[in-house]
Amino acid sequence: MRNQQATQLVFELSRVGRRGTRLPDCDVPSDEPIESLIPADQLATEPPPLPEVTEADVVRHFTNLSTLNMSVDTHFYPLGSCTMKYNPKRNERLAGLAGLAQIHPLQPDETIQGVLEILYAVQEMLAEISGLPAVSLQPAAGAHGELTALLVAAAYFRERGEKRSVVLIPDSAHGTNPASAQMAGFRAVSIKSTAKGFVDMADLDAKLDEQTAVLMITNPNTLGCYEQQIEDIARRVHKKGGLVYLDGANMNAILGIARPGDFGADMMHFNPHKTFSGPHGGGGPGAGPICVAAPLCDYLPCPALVRDGDDEQARYRLNYDRPHSIGRVRSFFGNVGVLLRTYFYIRSYGADGLRRVSEDAVLNANYLLSKVRHFLPVPQGDRCMHEFVASAEPLKKQKGLKQPAMDLGKRLLDFGFHAPTVYFPLTVHDAMMIEPTETESRETLDAFAEALFRVIEEPAETLSDAPLTTHISRPDEVQAARKPVVRWTPD
Amino acid sequence: MNPETLLYAESHEWLHAEDDAVGKVATIGISAFAIEELADIVFINLPDVGTEVNAGQEFGEIESVKAVSDLYAPVSGEIIEVNSSLPDNLETLNQSAYVEGWMIKIRMRDESELAKLMDFAAYQKQCEQ
Amino acid sequence: MSYLFNTDDDRKAMLQAIGAESIEELFRSIPAETQLSRPLNLPAAMGELELQQHVQALASQNQNVVDYCCFLGGGAYDHFVPAVVDEIASRGEFYTSYTPYQPEVAQGNLQAMFEYQTMICQLTGLDVSNASLYDGGSAAVEAVLMAISVTRRSKVVTCDTVHPHYRQILATYLQSLDAELVVLPATDGVVSLEQLQACVDDTTACVLIQSPNFLGSLEDVAAIAELVHQHKGLLVTVFDPIGTGILARPGDQGADIAVAEGQTLGTPLLFGGPYLGIMACREGLVRRLPGRIAGQTVDRKGRRCWVLTLQTREQHIRREKATSNICTNQGLFALRATIFLSTLGPQGLADTARLCLRKAHYAARRLTDGDRFSLAFEAPTFKEFVVRDRENRVGELLQTALEQKIFAGIPLGTWYPDLADCFLVAVTEKRTRDEIDRWANCLQTGTAAPLPAKNGSTTVSNPPASQHA
Repeated sequence: MRNQQATQLVFELSRVGRRGTRLPDCDVPSDEPIESLIPADQLATEPPPLPEVTEADVVRHFTNLSTLNMSVDTHFYPLGSCTMKYNPKRNERLAGLAGLAQIHPLQPDETIQGVLEILYAVQEMLAEISGLPAVSLQPAAGAHGELTALLVAAAYFRERGEKRSVVLIPDSAHGTNPASAQMAGFRAVSIKSTAKGFVDMADLDAKLDEQTAVLMITNPNTLGCYEQQIEDIARRVHKKGGLVYLDGANMNAILGIARPGDFGADMMHFNPHKTFSGPHGGGGPGAGPICVAAPLCDYLPCPALVRDGDDEQARYRLNYDRPHSIGRVRSFFGNVGVLLRTYFYIRSYGADGLRRVSEDAVLNANYLLSKVRHFLPVPQGDRCMHEFVASAEPLKKQKGLKQPAMDLGKRLLDFGFHAPTVYFPLTVHDAMMIEPTETESRETLDAFAEALFRVIEEPAETLSDAPLTTHISRPDEVQAARKPVVRWTPD
Repeated sequence: MNPETLLYAESHEWLHAEDDAVGKVATIGISAFAIEELADIVFINLPDVGTEVNAGQEFGEIESVKAVSDLYAPVSGEIIEVNSSLPDNLETLNQSAYVEGWMIKIRMRDESELAKLMDFAAYQKQCEQ
Repeated sequence: MSYLFNTDDDRKAMLQAIGAESIEELFRSIPAETQLSRPLNLPAAMGELELQQHVQALASQNQNVVDYCCFLGGGAYDHFVPAVVDEIASRGEFYTSYTPYQPEVAQGNLQAMFEYQTMICQLTGLDVSNASLYDGGSAAVEAVLMAISVTRRSKVVTCDTVHPHYRQILATYLQSLDAELVVLPATDGVVSLEQLQACVDDTTACVLIQSPNFLGSLEDVAAIAELVHQHKGLLVTVFDPIGTGILARPGDQGADIAVAEGQTLGTPLLFGGPYLGIMACREGLVRRLPGRIAGQTVDRKGRRCWVLTLQTREQHIRREKATSNICTNQGLFALRATIFLSTLGPQGLADTARLCLRKAHYAARRLTDGDRFSLAFEAPTFKEFVVRDRENRVGELLQTALEQKIFAGIPLGTWYPDLADCFLVAVTEKRTRDEIDRWANCLQTGTAAPLPAKNGSTTVSNPPASQHA
C-alpha cells in the first residue's frame, strides 16, 4: 500500500494561498510604514518562497515519510560502532518538562539551580565512570570532544614550553580522529594494526618520539577487542612525555568493569547518544563530554560548572574566571538535552545496572558471534567485547560478488533487519561490523543469525539486486555525486 | 597515444615527453588500470595553469563515490596546460585514457627525472601484483 | 531493569552456546588488575515513578519562560512552536533512527534532509545548504575555516558586533592554526566601514559579520560585501532565519556563506542546546562545504530517491584531509525546522517577522518614553535592541524585574565593558501588548501590575510526553 503522496516533495504539494498556521493580529500600534523602521534596501521584496500547505498536509506528508525509515523503535539495528540501543520513553517525557526544556541559556544562575544541579551530577558520574576527575560537558558531539581534548593537550604543552606536533592514530581508528588532529593543528601519523586490530608495537615504537603530543586510541577497539597492551602502550607514550586520548565510542562494553583513567588514558570523550541511550535523531544530535586527568583540568573549556558549599546549602554557578582555559568551543552550555537524558539513564540503572548493561551487551555480542562464525569468518577469533567484525570476503570467490558485505547488508533489509556497518574498519576485508547491544532479546539475535545464514545461501543475483521489498531499490550514487542535485527547484 | 610507449609512475600516472622549441614538455594522465580500479569516477580536480610542481607532489584529486585519490606529478616543472574539458566529461577517462583523457602538461625542469619512471613492461608487472 | 531482556535462564543458555563458564570469562581479555574491583560510586537506581518525582522536583527549581515573561535573546529566542512540530518530531521512526547509511530504509530522513536543504536555500538566497551543523556558533566557525581553505589565505576579520560566544569559539579554533584573527570594535553598534576598509586586504580570507547583529542592529551587508569582494575575500554572514520573513536575504545582499542559529525554527530554548547550525553557500564552494548533504538521484527502476552525497568531503573517507572533523548533523532539529517552515509558509514567516518588528519597536518606544532609559544606538533594528539605563543600575533593575516574574533583558557589561550601563532586549511574536506594558512599567517604576492569569498556562506547564527536544 504505497502512498505516492509520501514521496512527493512538500514543495510539490504547495498551492498558493494555503496556510498551515495563522499568527495573531498585531496588538500594538502598527500604522507606521515598515520602511520608516527598516531602510528599504534592507527589506525583502517578498518572503522566501517556502511551500504553502495546510497543517493536515504537513502531518500526512511527514508521517508518511517517517514510515519509510527503519528505526530502533521498529527494527533490530545492529549497526556496529553506533550502539543503537533502546531509547527509553521516560527520558523523552522528562526532558520535555517546562522546567528543563523551557529555560533560556542566559538566565541568571539563581534561576537555573535545578538544571545546574543535574549537569553537575552528570559531571561527577562521568568522572566516576571514566576514572578521570575533570569534566567538560560543552562539546556537542564525539568528534567535537576529540577536537576539544586535542586543543587542551596543545595548550598544556604550550604552557610547558614543549613543541610537539604529532598525533599518533592506529589505522583502524574512526575517521574523525585524524580529521580532529588536523583541525587542532597537529600532524596525524598512522600506526599499523595487527589482524586483530591491536596496535603494532614495533610500528608504535618506530613512530613514538619527543614530537608525539598525543596517541589517540579506541579501546575496546573498532573490531570489538580489548587492547590488552593498553597499559604498556600508555606507559611508552608517557615515557616520551606524550598524552593518551581514549576515543570512548565503545564504552558500552566496559561500564563499571574497567575505567580508562585506570588503564592509562589521560583524556577521553563519551558518546552519550550511544552509551547512555540519547536518541540518534536520524543523525544527531549527540554530545561529546570529555574527561581529563587532573593536570589538564585548568585547560578545559570555559565556562566551567562549579559547586559552592555543601550538599544542603550547595549553589551551582558557571565559572568564567579560567585564565588557562582553551576558551569556548560551543555557544551557551552544549547539548544539554542529551546530557539530561544521560542523567536519567544513569539514575535509572545505578551502579549495578550499568555493569549489567555492559555484561549483557558483551554476552549478546558473543552469543551472536558464536552463531555467525559458523557461516562467516571472524578474523578476531571466537570472543569479542560488545561487537565483532565478520568478513564477507569468501563470497567474492564463491558467488562472484564484487561487494559481498554490502550485498548481504542490503538483503538483510528485506528480512526486516537493519544492515550492520559495512566496509569499516578498513583493516578487515569486506567487513561487517555487528553490534547487537544489550537491549535485544535472545529470540531477536536468533532470528537475525538465521536470516544472515539464509541470505548467505542465496544466489548471487538475488543478493546483488537486493533489497527487493523496500520502498526503493538501490539508488544510483554515481549520478548523485557526478551531477549533484542538492535542492529542489521549480520546473 | 600508445600505452606501450609511455612512461609510468608507481602512483599510476602515465607520462609522454616531447621536445618543443624551449625544452621538454611532459603530457600526463592516469592509466586505464587505475581508472578501472577507481570504478565510477565522479569528480576530478585539476590545478591552474602556471602552478609549479615538484616530482612526487600532488597536483590534483580524483574521486569515486566513496574514495578519493591524490594525483601526483611524476616530474618537476611548471604546469603550462590543463585539460579543462575533462572535469565536465568524465566518461572521457574510460573511453580514452591515453589520448583525450590527458590531464596536464608540465614544462620539465629536470630531464633526468624521466629515468626514474617505469616503462610499460615494468608497470604491467606492478599492476599484476 | 526494564530495558534488559536476558533472564538468568537466558544467560545460562547463552553462555553455554558460547562455550563460556561465566560472564566473567567473557571479560577475561581485560587484565584482572585493570578491572574495577568495586562497584561504581553512583546513586542508587530509581524506577520510573521515583525518577519522575525526583526530576520534577529539580525541574521546578528552575524558573522557566512559561511561568515567566521572557525578553531574553542574545542568540536564543522564545518563538512560538506549533504543535505539529512536537507531534511529528516525536515519532520514533524519526528520532530513534540513525544516519541514513542505508538509503533504501531511510528515505524518510533523506527526503526530509533534502527538503530542509531546499528551505535553507530559500531562506538564504544561496545555492547550496548542508544538512546542518551543531549550532550557530560552530556553523560560523566552520564557515570561516571553509573560507580559509577556499581562498588559501589566513587573515580573518570580524567585528565585536558578532555574538561574543561565536567570536570566542572562533578564537579557540584558530589558536592552534596558522591564522590571524582581527576583531574590530563597533562604532555606534555597527561595523565601521572605514575601519573595515583599512583592515581588509589581499591576504584576507573572509570577513565575518552578523546582521541583525548581537546588539540588534542591522549591518550594511551590501556595502561590506562589496568591500570584501574587491579584495577577492569571502563574506560570511550570520543571519536571523525568522528575520528573512521581511528582511533582505544574506545571499541577495552579497554573502558568500550564510550561517545561523536555527533554534528559532521550531526548537524550544532547552537551556542552550541541542540547537541547529544552519549553513549555506554559493554553488562554487560546495566541495569545501562541511557536513552531510543529501542529494537527489534515481533507484534501479528509475524512481526518484535521495542519498547522502559528496561524501568524499567527509572525515570517514578523507580522514585528515576532510573539510571538517564533523560527523553528526542535528538531524532531529533540522527536521523540526523543516516541519516548522512548512507549517508557517511564506505568509506565516512574514507575519511572524512583522509581529517581532512591530512589537520590538513598540517596546523600545514604551520604555524610552520617560527620562531614565534611552536606546543605545541609532542603527535600524529588527526584534532586538540595546537600552541604556541613565542611572547605571542595570543589575538591580533586572533583579527587580525578576521578582516580578519578568526576564527583562541581558546585561551587556560582561562582554562589552563600555556598555555596562546597558542591557539587551528581545521581543518575539509571543509577547503580548499587556506583557510589554507590564515589562516597561516594571522597569520604569520598579513594580509591575499583578500578573494576569496566562491563558492555558496550566496545560503548557504539563507538556505532553511527546516533547522531543
